[in-house]
Amino acid sequence: MQIRFWGTRGSLPAPLTTAAIREKLKAALAAAQGIRLDTPAAIDTFIAELPFSTSSTFGGDSSCVEIIDGEDNHLICDLGSGARRYGIEMLGRYGPKQPQTYHVFMSHLHWDHIMGFPFFPPAFIPGNRILIHSCHPEAGAAFRRQHGAPSFPVDFSQLPAAIEFVQLQPGVTSGIAGYRVTPLLQRHAGDSYGYRFEKNGKCVVYSTDSEHRTEQSEETEAFAAFFRNADLVIFDAMYSLADAVSVKEDWGHSSNVIGVELCQLAGAKRLCLFHHEPVFGDAQLEDILRQTRRLEEITRDGAPLEIISAWDGLVIEL
Amino acid sequence: MRMEVSAERRENTGVVAVRGRIDHLNATAFHDALKPYLEGCRDGNGLVLDLSGLDYISSAGLRIFMIAAKQVRTGNGRIAVAQMQPLVREIFEISHFHLVYEIFSTLDEGVAALGRAVEITAA
Repeated sequence: MQIRFWGTRGSLPAPLTTAAIREKLKAALAAAQGIRLDTPAAIDTFIAELPFSTSSTFGGDSSCVEIIDGEDNHLICDLGSGARRYGIEMLGRYGPKQPQTYHVFMSHLHWDHIMGFPFFPPAFIPGNRILIHSCHPEAGAAFRRQHGAPSFPVDFSQLPAAIEFVQLQPGVTSGIAGYRVTPLLQRHAGDSYGYRFEKNGKCVVYSTDSEHRTEQSEETEAFAAFFRNADLVIFDAMYSLADAVSVKEDWGHSSNVIGVELCQLAGAKRLCLFHHEPVFGDAQLEDILRQTRRLEEITRDGAPLEIISAWDGLVIEL
Repeated sequence: MRMEVSAERRENTGVVAVRGRIDHLNATAFHDALKPYLEGCRDGNGLVLDLSGLDYISSAGLRIFMIAAKQVRTGNGRIAVAQMQPLVREIFEISHFHLVYEIFSTLDEGVAALGRAVEITAA
C-alpha cells in the first residue's frame, strides 16, 4: 500500500511566494561556496544534501490524500485544492476513454476540503463514477451549493460523471473497494470524521480537523483504539500545543505533541504531521518536524514511532 | 506512577511541589489538587510550582498548566515554574509553554522574583 499526498495545507491554500523562493536561492548559493558544481551529478548531489526547506517546499495545496494498493481502486481522502492535480494525473493516465470509479472519503465539508472538486477533471468525463462517502447527511447539498451561481459557472447538474453520495455511519465498518473502512466522530465545528482503512494486513488512519481534549481519558483511549497498531496515522498537527489549548481552543485542530502521545498509546508505527498551518513557512515546518522527532525520542517507551511531515507530492510506502 | 501535590509558604510566595507523572489518566485529579492554591493566588500574590519531582507531563497535564496560568493572570496574580527536570523542560519548550510560563532554574530564584512582584504590586 502507498499513500500519496496531493494537498497538505490546512484551512487555505498557501502558494510559495517570490520572497520565499529568493530566500531558498540565497541559502543554496551560500551553501555552495567553495563546492565544485561543474557536472549535473555534482549539482544533484549538492541539492540532495541541502535541508529540505532550502531545496524543496512542503507545498501549498489543501487536503487531498490518495491511497494506492496496486489494483485499479482509486481512493481519495478529501477534495481540497490538491484534488486538481490528482485529477489531472488521472486524466493523463486514463484519458477520456477509460471510465474509472473513484471512492472519495470526506472528513467534513468545510471549504478547504471540498474546494478542489469544481476543478477535478474526472468529474467532467462521461462514464466516470464518483462515489463520495461521508458521514454528513448534507454532503450532497454542500457540493451542489459550491457549484451553484454565483460561486462557479458549471452547475453540479451539468457534470457528466455519475456522482453518488454514500452515507456512512461512525463506528460502523464498511467493505469498500476491498478495504475495511471505519469512520470515527471527531471534535470539530459541524463535526468531522476520521477514517481507518485496512487491507491485506496494512492499516492507515486519516484523522484531520480534529481537536483533542486529552485530559478526558475515555476520549483519549477511544482515539488510541482507533489508531491501534496502524502502519500510518495522518494527523492534524496544525498548532503548537500551547496555542491549541489557549487562543486557538475550540478551533477544531490539534498539535504535534498530541499526535505523538496518541500514536505512542496506540502502538502506531508512523505518524505523519498534516494540515499544516498556512502561515508557516518551510523552515518553520521543518523545525516542527525536528522538534516532534525529538519529543518522540525523549518520551519513547517501547518501539520507535517514525515521524514524517507531509508535503505535496510525498509518497509513503507501507 | 502516582502524582502528588504539596504546598508550603516561602516568604510571601506560595510554593506548590508537584511530583510523579501527569498524563491523561490523572490530569483531572491534578487540576483538583491544584485548585485551592490557584484560588489564593490573586491580587499580586505569587505562586511558584516546584517541578523538581515531576518526571513526565503529557498534553493533558499541560492543559491544566494553561488553565492555571489563565486563572492566575485573570486575578492579577503571578505564577511561575522552577527546578524542572531536563525532560520536562524539553516537553515544555516543544509545546511552547516556555512562552506561557516564567521558568526559573532554582526555587529560590522563583520565590525571590515573585516575592518582589508582590512588593511592587503592594506599593
